[in-house]
Amino acid sequence: MRYAPHTDDDVRQMLERIGIEGLDGLFDQIPASVRLARALDLPEGVSEMEILADAAALAARNRHADDLVCFAGAGAYDHYVPAVVWAMAGRSEFYTSYTPYQPELSQGVLQALFEYQSMICELTGLEVSNASLYDGPTALAEAVSVARSTGGRHRVLVSAAVDHRYVETLRTFGRGAGYEPEVFPVEDGRGGHPEVGPDVAAVIVQHPNAYGILEPARELFGAAHAGGARAIQIFDPLSLGVLAPPGDLRADIAVAEGQVLGNHLSFGGPYLGVIATRLDDVRRLPGRIVGETADVDGKVGYVLTLQAREQHIRREKATSNICTNQTLMAIAATVYLGWLGPQGLAELGRACAAKAAYAAERLTGIPGVSLLHAEAPFFKEFALQLPRAATDVRDALIERGFLAGVPLPDADGRALLVAVTERRTREEIDALADAVREVLA
Amino acid sequence: MSGAPVRTQGPPGEGTLKDLSRPGRRAFSLPALDVPAAGVPAEHARRDPPDLPEVAERDLVSHYTRLSQRNYGVDTGMYPLGSCSMKYNPKIAEAVSALPGFLRAHPRQPDHTVQGALELLWRLERALCEITGMARATLQPPAGACGELTGLLLMRAHQTERGNPRTKIAIPDSAHGTNPASVRLAGYEALHIPSDSRGLVDVSALEKLVDEDVAGLMLTNPNTLGLFEEDIERITEIVHGVGGLVYYDGANLNAILGRCRPGDMGFDIVHINTHKTFATPHGGGGPGAGPVGVTEELVPYLPSPTVERDPETGAFRLEHDRPDSIGRMHGFNGNFGILVRAYAYVFLHGRDGLKEVAELSVLNANYLAELVKEAFPLAYPGRPMHEFVATAKPLKDETGIRAMDVAKRLIDLGYHPSTVYFPLVVEEAMMVEPTETETKEKLDAFAAALLQAASEAHTDPDLLHEAPVTTPVRRLDEARAARHLKLRW
Repeated sequence: MRYAPHTDDDVRQMLERIGIEGLDGLFDQIPASVRLARALDLPEGVSEMEILADAAALAARNRHADDLVCFAGAGAYDHYVPAVVWAMAGRSEFYTSYTPYQPELSQGVLQALFEYQSMICELTGLEVSNASLYDGPTALAEAVSVARSTGGRHRVLVSAAVDHRYVETLRTFGRGAGYEPEVFPVEDGRGGHPEVGPDVAAVIVQHPNAYGILEPARELFGAAHAGGARAIQIFDPLSLGVLAPPGDLRADIAVAEGQVLGNHLSFGGPYLGVIATRLDDVRRLPGRIVGETADVDGKVGYVLTLQAREQHIRREKATSNICTNQTLMAIAATVYLGWLGPQGLAELGRACAAKAAYAAERLTGIPGVSLLHAEAPFFKEFALQLPRAATDVRDALIERGFLAGVPLPDADGRALLVAVTERRTREEIDALADAVREVLA
Repeated sequence: MSGAPVRTQGPPGEGTLKDLSRPGRRAFSLPALDVPAAGVPAEHARRDPPDLPEVAERDLVSHYTRLSQRNYGVDTGMYPLGSCSMKYNPKIAEAVSALPGFLRAHPRQPDHTVQGALELLWRLERALCEITGMARATLQPPAGACGELTGLLLMRAHQTERGNPRTKIAIPDSAHGTNPASVRLAGYEALHIPSDSRGLVDVSALEKLVDEDVAGLMLTNPNTLGLFEEDIERITEIVHGVGGLVYYDGANLNAILGRCRPGDMGFDIVHINTHKTFATPHGGGGPGAGPVGVTEELVPYLPSPTVERDPETGAFRLEHDRPDSIGRMHGFNGNFGILVRAYAYVFLHGRDGLKEVAELSVLNANYLAELVKEAFPLAYPGRPMHEFVATAKPLKDETGIRAMDVAKRLIDLGYHPSTVYFPLVVEEAMMVEPTETETKEKLDAFAAALLQAASEAHTDPDLLHEAPVTTPVRRLDEARAARHLKLRW
């Protein structure tokens, strides 16, 4: 298959105009010693039908959330994606455009991003949002960079109840930035006592945390502030119809995995990195920010603004190296939040909480199954303690049509993290409980 | 040509979604709750609901449809934005990425339930390694800049292993802004290497500047002037001579597909922008994907997990147990959906198709450069590859019309303009990359538009000063946006 439109005659005429004999002449400046003297060791090109058949055969070898009943979460969730979301975000005027460097031709993307920023501020109770980052964990790395850029503080404290992928990502980014995240222990799955010394730049708490548990976030953030550090919260955007937002909890920087906002599971990406801060940090924010302004006739319009923070202007003094971001995922999130509205967000949050509570009750009714942290309140996800290795139980449940959850290393590998979204029905939850009972029998 | 431009009727202004909001209106629907109601503890509960818009689905659709109509994409028309490879994005790649086995796979599923996804990543990795001449690659970086940081952290790990991480990374003065920004994030200092009169790396300056403090060099080839670094073997030799590594910024890989490979030029690390070379749609600013390939000696440091295939059973797995790895660059498996599209593109084209992509992209750029050179001469004399950098400096000197004015006039003439004012080493730079998917007729018409704009600069400069007038908004006050910050409704 080729998409180049050239006929033989086109090529001949164009070469003639350029004044060279053949296409090889266009590559004369490449030294002979580095030219590839053979064809690439790849198959011949194929037709559209053939690539579809090939890809479909690969796709058919994946199980997925349409053929398994999905109770897996741990950072990616099977929330319903309404039809309208990708009917809009999938319009090719959006998805085939580049970063809006020519604002007059890009008002659609720019305004959608302005609306996205507005909705993220409303959701989080914070004052500014950028136009997106790559995903939750890399957004956390950027948040830490914001926190470490002032005050000469360098240490980074992370709760042991933060998803390990976030900590691993921080550890990688810390190799370049010169820090090693320090994990502070939690008590019965939450809380803990971070020692916030004068060299601590940030205290990081996930709420709801990696066990699904609601953290005493106000206390933890209070401790951060008492020690003069920034409080960073990793939040779940879809919890904010029912849970107090990061701004109310006194978080200074909030980051999230925005996949839940109308984006597909897609085996881990493309997802959406959400970041919001207080206004004081606006000039330290990474990435694109859209601002409202006016054109020469006084008509309202939108542009990329505060570009003096960014790599293409500031080069090595930029706040981040991010250039390409996840704009399309942010547009999907905007349409999705427009679809939900405040009532939908609250109703969805209540549905998740109720279904998770029901599932926990049903599952802990099975002999040998209990909550890993019995007393801790949770939102849409909870950790079970099983009488057997969680990976074995999970695999046996896959055979019965359930993606029952994500095994955790806790309780000697007998812990399973179960997520319940608004998509799960009472019948499905009951059926899962029956299947778990069978598997454990 | 006459006088003041006439403003054609643009679409009326589009308020924000917030302007359409009315209390109690709704688009959502959820099933009736089929389990007992249960809330969250009072001390955790939200007091005031977020002030999100309340609209009907019909309003939502009209609003975002209208916004999309105020946006120009590759599907709208030619998009010769230099350094961005804005070629046609095949529709079949969209369809393939939407197969439920890909779109609905959960990233925390066990390996044995995602063998198709892992095999796709495994095959794509091997194809990208063959195309670039590398041993192995990571597909985790979600964008080129993240690929750069990955590559620099690999350098740091390698140099540290050899006893000293070193302090500097050399970059040419024509480099993309992400290069120096990534250098700093990786804990290095940028060492700037000047260009010579050819617009290529000044080899003698490089030789003088690099020493054993230099961990490596980052280079784009063809470079950001669209010129092939002819001394590339000497360059990589100099850097290797002081124990440095050489990093290939893949922004311009399109020009050399199947013709030559970074690995054969002496590069140790390569990043690829799938949203440029392999036509994955750029999404209005993202998502992209920035896979990074490396030579054999750097494989142990690659981010974890890697995708491995058991030679006996043929089973694929995500390998996490890699003690020398730099760690994780992304929460899951990179921008998987984008990698699926890149896979489709690579295997649709195959070995000859990819080579033809390079040939015809270089043909298109050279043909277009030839058509416009009288008005917009090349900044440097060498033969450009898949893009060319011309300058509007003569036009500015004669008429006062700047590259930005030409760009805005092109908008009124129906085109997305080229990149302007980059690379920074060229005054009044116009960086034009037509890509291989434009027809000769389109190139002829675009050239005619550029020449018309140049001619109008002499005869009717207001047409350029006032442009654009056909767009929903005209030139926007960027200074005001930065001075009076309004970043939300």
